[in-house]
Amino acid sequence: MSTVELGMPLSGVAGVPTLDAGAPRQTKKDFTSDQEVRWCPGCGDYAVLATMQGFLPELGLKRENIVFVSGIGCSSRFPYYMDTYGMHSIHGRAPAIATGLAVSRPDLSVWVVTGDGDALSIGGNHLIHALRRNVNLKILLFNNRIYGLTKGQYSPTSETGKVTKSTPAGSVDNPFNPVSLALGAEATFVARSLDSDRKHLSSVLRAAAQHRGTALVEIYQNCPIFNDGAFDVLKDRDSAQGRLLHLVDGEPVALGVDGARQVVVRTPDGSLAVVPETDADPAAVVRHDASNPDPSQQFALSRLDGADMAHVPLGIFRNVERPTYDDQVREQVGSAVAKRGGPVQDTDLGALIAGRDTWTVGA
Amino acid sequence: MTTSKQVQRLDRVVIRFAGDSGDGMQLTGDRFTSETAVLGNDLSTLPNFPAEIRAPQGTLPGVSSFQLHFADHDVLTPGDAPDVLVAMNPAALKANLPDLPRGATVILDTDEFNRRNLAKVGYQTSPLEDGTLDSFHVHPLGLTSITVSALVDFDLSRKEKERAKNMFALGLLSWLYNRPTGGTESFLHSKFAKKPEILKANLAAFHAGWNYGETTEDFAHSFEVSPAPMAPGKYRNITGNVALAYGLVAGAHRAGRPLLLGSYPITPASDILHTLAGLKAYGVTTLQAEDEIAGIGAALGASFGGSIGVTTTSGPGVALKSETIGLAVSLELPLIICDVQRGGPSTGLPTKTEQSDLLQAMFGRNGEAPVPIVAPKSPADNFDAAIEAVRIATTYRTPVFLLSDGYLANGSEPWQIPEVTNLPDIRVELATAPNAVDAEGTPIFRPYQRDPETLARPWAVPGTPGLEHRIGGIEKADGTGDISYDPTNHDHMVRTRQAKVDAIAATIPPIEVDDPTGDADVLVLGWGSTYGPISAAVRAVRARGGVVAQAHLRHLNPFPRNLGAVLRGYSRVIVPEMNLGQLSMLLRAKYLVDVQPFTQVRGLPFTTHELVDAIAAATSAIDAVRGTDEAPDEPDHRPADETPVGAAAPEEQATEEVSR
Repeated sequence: MSTVELGMPLSGVAGVPTLDAGAPRQTKKDFTSDQEVRWCPGCGDYAVLATMQGFLPELGLKRENIVFVSGIGCSSRFPYYMDTYGMHSIHGRAPAIATGLAVSRPDLSVWVVTGDGDALSIGGNHLIHALRRNVNLKILLFNNRIYGLTKGQYSPTSETGKVTKSTPAGSVDNPFNPVSLALGAEATFVARSLDSDRKHLSSVLRAAAQHRGTALVEIYQNCPIFNDGAFDVLKDRDSAQGRLLHLVDGEPVALGVDGARQVVVRTPDGSLAVVPETDADPAAVVRHDASNPDPSQQFALSRLDGADMAHVPLGIFRNVERPTYDDQVREQVGSAVAKRGGPVQDTDLGALIAGRDTWTVGA
Repeated sequence: MTTSKQVQRLDRVVIRFAGDSGDGMQLTGDRFTSETAVLGNDLSTLPNFPAEIRAPQGTLPGVSSFQLHFADHDVLTPGDAPDVLVAMNPAALKANLPDLPRGATVILDTDEFNRRNLAKVGYQTSPLEDGTLDSFHVHPLGLTSITVSALVDFDLSRKEKERAKNMFALGLLSWLYNRPTGGTESFLHSKFAKKPEILKANLAAFHAGWNYGETTEDFAHSFEVSPAPMAPGKYRNITGNVALAYGLVAGAHRAGRPLLLGSYPITPASDILHTLAGLKAYGVTTLQAEDEIAGIGAALGASFGGSIGVTTTSGPGVALKSETIGLAVSLELPLIICDVQRGGPSTGLPTKTEQSDLLQAMFGRNGEAPVPIVAPKSPADNFDAAIEAVRIATTYRTPVFLLSDGYLANGSEPWQIPEVTNLPDIRVELATAPNAVDAEGTPIFRPYQRDPETLARPWAVPGTPGLEHRIGGIEKADGTGDISYDPTNHDHMVRTRQAKVDAIAATIPPIEVDDPTGDADVLVLGWGSTYGPISAAVRAVRARGGVVAQAHLRHLNPFPRNLGAVLRGYSRVIVPEMNLGQLSMLLRAKYLVDVQPFTQVRGLPFTTHELVDAIAAATSAIDAVRGTDEAPDEPDHRPADETPVGAAAPEEQATEEVSR
């Protein structure tokens, strides 16, 4: 068991073996398993899978040291299609299972694949606790705002009023905003991307992989069967320009093109608003700062995203350093073992089980 | 310290310390037990406390007690009835009086017998004055006031001084039974190392209690119980939960894999979490998870990574973990579920014992999901049972239930400390290389290719090159592990998982029957913590000339291979259980043998005398059918544990030596 010096900024993949010198470069094919992909035609999951398989070679990690753990739902079939180690577990529990794996194996890069129902409904508890603990896990939350595998019931991210098989009169549930929830749970890395934007998704995955701690990546994902077109307004080039707020560190949070640009400003009452750049007080313009330990502005940005998707921030909301749970657990164990004298020998164990109060009966 | 008063020799004593939940009775009992263990008596303990941390002071629900049975011969139970009751208040007296036999000794704190405290428990008049205690030897002492006056020079509040009264009581009892005091003194030194004034006060109270016995005329003489003959070796006293924790550590050590516990606090299992959390220096990782499900999830994730994943819980927690246990059955990974059973259903009796999770462990999952079950029979036996659970889990790549219970968990007994090198060698081999070739002759890895003998699949952990594979809860094709909805494959896999668990029987010893004369008609079969009371009852029946056979199950799934033949060898089989007959149901279903359950669910272990009666009833029933007049005498309700040495034939005592 290796111990990690705490306090130093470490990469999320530090301690994971990399390819041997001179080994051939990995390609997408190296991460493609022999299993037939069985998502519906047109499912957004295909795009995410292709992006992931295309992205992983750039990490240069040994394939056998990468693990995908999933729960239940359409997206949770993901591990079967990755030629790495993988576990398709049970509904909602992937973060818990991945926590045990990550704590016990610092040499693994552990990814969790989950959906809006899996992560936010049945598995909501495990998600928030993984986030607060800051376990070195990369959690990809495929959000299609519907239950696909059970054929079309509303999910905890479905908009209020949604008519589905289980809500013929419209859903009366108020939905979760996964980014707001993650920030509220004190996550250290929170981002959002789109299934169809390969370049953006790759950049977010790259940052998530580098982050040491829990990274939550919400991926808006289209379900062509039960919620088709849910994110079309963000994918159509024209409508997207007026809606997508790209989060770039140090830059004003803005949307639109030159001439019709709009920016996010802090209003006198402290809330955020989107106004034409020409009307904005330059001092009030919000510049993004994902590394700010104070999450209030990052949270306020997450609240701009309403059911109408009028203004949707995309990118990395938060990316801060905090000691990870697994590093600290291993440090406690490692230093205790070292202090006692290294690997446990039979005599050490014998002394332990004997304890201090013993007596001897003679022959 | 030694006494100058006359010393009277006894062969056995049962003491019960009883007081308010805040009076420190469990600590007092623990310390007296340690002194007794170090002296070399054999012993057995029964802590009994309410679920509330501090029930309203002075009330019946708030009474906490600790019973200790110690003797100069081997002891099997904590004793049916106390010889000595230490009652710290009227509630403690009232709650425990019904258990006291005539002639028992009662030591009371008279300071607490005021009108208010008497009224709280419904005493109209003081039992000290109204004749209630006429048939007992009563020592009325102002325990509180004597303790406070002994501490007059200490810079402590009156309340702090009063709190030391349990140490006064311990000192007095230590004198009364000539216990060595060094252990308690050093215990106090380490417990209060950072509070010197409290330390000195506790020591002073402890010594004052001793001196009180030595100097006052209230106690004419003290007692001595000689060490019990035990097999040569090194001993310690150990509780079930600690033995279980150590057994897991030893099992993982012998298996050559790291141990990871994922757990959520629950009575009466939390002490296992506490113990293991303190063993980081031995490479043990513990996670206190957000809930029961996450606890077992983390354990299973660690197992996937090559650790011995363990979760500890009680019945309500098992209910929550069921789905993950089913996943482990499907994944065919090692996993250990320790269920310290308590009274149910639902929240039930959190601090009381029961054996009512057997069927939950056996069947409490969706689908055909067989899980091996191992049960310890005594507190110290948790150690060996835990190692056996690790052996089965790692050899067969399966979740295993370890079924302890509240009585075993908190009870303690002397334990002959084993040599680590003599523990079973259960080293496991992880998969390192492909185990098959494809059509083109290329080496491939088939994650569900089985060992022909054990039917276990390879344990191939992430980080092993060339063995990348995916597993999950969806049905898999045998061999390849690919998702398969094929009807024939599913039928095959369901039967194979069952066959794998059944195959474990080949590696477990046949059940041994204790039938000294070989002509018993009645067999008493038990499992788990009923071992002590059953053995004591069987001994008592035999001491009176009765003939009865005894056997005890460690493995509840699968059963030992000879069990059916054993059951069929007796006219009548009695199965005492702290449930409504769960083992009996399994035995009847599997062997078509008309076993008779004998059950109670009072949250306490069986008493010896009720089992003696049950055995006597069974033997007379058989005799009645045969028309003989040889029914045993009316039981005298005196179990062998309580029979003075010499009353039973000496050979009987010797042959009934029970190994722990």
